Amino acid sequence: MTLDERLENVTIIGAAGKMGSGIAVLISQEMAKLKLLPENRDKIYRLTLIDISEKALDGLRSYMRTQLLKAAEKSTVLLREIYKDRKDLVENGEIINEFVNETYALLNFSTDFNLVKDASLVFEAIFENEEIKIKVLKQLKNLCKKDTLFLSNTSSIPISYLDENAGLEGRIIGYHFYNPPVIQKLVEVISAKKTTDELKEIAAEIGKRLRKKLVPSNDISGFIGNGHFSRDGLYALNKVEELKEKYDYHGAVYIMNRISQEFLVRPMGIFQLIDYVGLDIFQSLLRVMNTHLADTTLVSDFLNKMAANKILGGQFSSGAQKDGFLKYEKNRPTGVYNIEKEKYFMFDEDWKAKIDKVINPTNEKFIPWRALLMDAKKSDKLKTHFDNLKNMNTWGSELALDFLKETKKIAERLLVDGVADSADDINAVLMNGFFWIYGPINNYI
Amino acid sequence: MSYFRKKIYATAGFNTVFLGTGRKEFHPKKPRPGIEHYIKEAGLGAIDQIQNPENIDEGVIGNFMASRFCNQGNLGGFFPMVHPTFQYKPCTRTEGACDSGGLALTTSIKTILADLADVVLCLGVEVQNSVKAIYGADFLAGAGWFSGERKDGHAYFFPDQFSQRAGACYKKFGKEKIRKGMAQWYVNAIENARKNPKAQEFHNRNSDLFGTGMTPPNTKAFCEHINVFDCSKVSDGASAIIFASEEGLKKIGVDKKDAIEVISYAQVQDNLTTPPPDKTKLSTCAVAARRAYERAEIKPKNLSLLDVHDCFTIAGLLAVEAAGFADYGEGADFVSDGNTKSEGIIPTNTTGGLIGYGHPTGATGVRQAVDVVHQLSDKAGNCQVKIHSDKPFGMLSSMGGNDKTVVNMIFRKN
Repeated sequence: MTLDERLENVTIIGAAGKMGSGIAVLISQEMAKLKLLPENRDKIYRLTLIDISEKALDGLRSYMRTQLLKAAEKSTVLLREIYKDRKDLVENGEIINEFVNETYALLNFSTDFNLVKDASLVFEAIFENEEIKIKVLKQLKNLCKKDTLFLSNTSSIPISYLDENAGLEGRIIGYHFYNPPVIQKLVEVISAKKTTDELKEIAAEIGKRLRKKLVPSNDISGFIGNGHFSRDGLYALNKVEELKEKYDYHGAVYIMNRISQEFLVRPMGIFQLIDYVGLDIFQSLLRVMNTHLADTTLVSDFLNKMAANKILGGQFSSGAQKDGFLKYEKNRPTGVYNIEKEKYFMFDEDWKAKIDKVINPTNEKFIPWRALLMDAKKSDKLKTHFDNLKNMNTWGSELALDFLKETKKIAERLLVDGVADSADDINAVLMNGFFWIYGPINNYI
Repeated sequence: MSYFRKKIYATAGFNTVFLGTGRKEFHPKKPRPGIEHYIKEAGLGAIDQIQNPENIDEGVIGNFMASRFCNQGNLGGFFPMVHPTFQYKPCTRTEGACDSGGLALTTSIKTILADLADVVLCLGVEVQNSVKAIYGADFLAGAGWFSGERKDGHAYFFPDQFSQRAGACYKKFGKEKIRKGMAQWYVNAIENARKNPKAQEFHNRNSDLFGTGMTPPNTKAFCEHINVFDCSKVSDGASAIIFASEEGLKKIGVDKKDAIEVISYAQVQDNLTTPPPDKTKLSTCAVAARRAYERAEIKPKNLSLLDVHDCFTIAGLLAVEAAGFADYGEGADFVSDGNTKSEGIIPTNTTGGLIGYGHPTGATGVRQAVDVVHQLSDKAGNCQVKIHSDKPFGMLSSMGGNDKTVVNMIFRKN
């Protein structure tokens, strides 16, 4: 079967989640573009979106409408071409509405798992829990046709492990989108031992059509992205345990977050990032890696305590951040949690000034990530920035340089362990999936 | 012999801030002032400069598409809202696409020439940030021939019309020279806007304007031959100016030395249902300029400043040719050589033009009149250019559609 044929009937399992809904937006547009070709007018296209609750599906309906509208508004130049023979559609507004309506008409929202049976392609995007994943994949195998192919948005569980336990005989590939899939360019592609060549080709072709940057990762728990992120986060969590005597939990979290964002010129600090992903998700990531890699160091008591206190971070359906290590107002940190005192400390200027005196006594103004994002001379400017950091000789600059070294070490270990085939692949994942403006393997340190 | 049967003066010009992307206070998701706010602000801005607003006889409001951008028609109804003494006085709304403001100027003057009024408050207004640009493009496409052109037209209909003009010029005169001229036009627009606190690009701090101007076009998301920096801005704003006869000036308590005389204008209409005869020329603008010069009995060399309708950088280059300052095909060189800069041979669009100041479509023609009058009265602040005693004239050229509806107007310093 060709990809075009497979795209006539697709199912997404876990479609109302953050990842599933984004994948649904991307795939539905590709299906609609096929359906609009004159030769396909009579074919039935169906994208079945399955999740466990009607309430979640209601949210998904509204998300799909909003996202499809945004996507159509951005591709109106192309849509006018697609609809050039429709004399009744003249204005952009009419063309955009028609495309949104036609795409929406492909969608079938349901909580009924059995509807997957006619799908030729299935995207699985359920919670990262291996027992549930295996159970669901087994069910899918029994319900689907013998040639249905499965793309799993697994972020840390080895794909071969899922394949063997679900008995899919190579009809599965790891296809790890980054959050939010509609915007992030990166997809990590992980072949299991038995993944068929046909599926590898289909996966490559889908990536091309979705204009994603596909980076291969080997099938080792955590893969490249989370293999790096988990250890980077863990380093910061452990550092907090070291610093808490002197600065309390909330001071230490604040310091490490500031250091990683401002001194390391990242889009967000490490604790804001863990909050964005969700503390529970980060916890389960460590658990999965701990099990599959038999690495007992992949655990954090501090994180577990936070999660036990129901401080979980994550995002609202609007995309706004929920409170986690940090407290947010309009996505800006306004306070920080102290696990011993079980409450948030709101930032006040005197307190921040006291910490600033310790980490940045000379009041250096670092060039922010956003200002460098589109700068053609960013690598030169980053070199100047890190050289400056080396010359500062303050406690804060040492903390930052230690973090930079550790980040590089983590990346190099992914190479040694055979998770990645090249330094370029690792840098590509961090730059495309995490929006870093430089890769962890660099000459700045 | 004077073109007008009696003397016409312009005074008390006022422009609001032109709001939209680029202004620090602009946020697309935050509430903004509506069209009535702009009409009132501009109207009061003008009448605050005169003694007796009650002696204003009529109002004219230039506006292109409030009916779609703001779901608002019957704009004349906002005239009495500006000042209580305007109640029950006549007010007319003029529409000629992006030349709606230009038509407001001529309509005001005609009323005075017809002896039906001594003083007219002339306003122009547009609020365009009410919808996303992709839908705004639909509304603005109304300046073209809807049933004849729109279906086959581009998503960004008007940018594409001028992109085609740029493409035709590349082909005929060489891409590099035209492209560089367009980029230089952009540089001048932003540099002038940085001197004008009300301009949309006033806050622009880009250190490589020419490089930005040379950005290659993104054909998938936009047009074939132009980039987004070649385009005028999407703006909310209004402008107002008062026209009066000699008698009228007395009635509103304005001394003649505080007014600028209008010497001539030419209002020219081309057929909307026919394509431009030559994409490498603004033929209608050229007719309007020629007639305005003839009626004023002056030549281009008598002008100390020019304000043209640079809805796109390529339109700026072609407008300089149409105004008689560069020969056919040489507008780009003329601009690249610095002749249109504030200290050049013919300072052009000294407050930023449509690209730097902004382009609230219905307000633009009136805004041009306000700025020319300010320059000739030495009231242009940081934007002030030298008005030579042997060249006491300034001209504006206001264009609607793809070179379809044009008003040129010439003013003289006292």
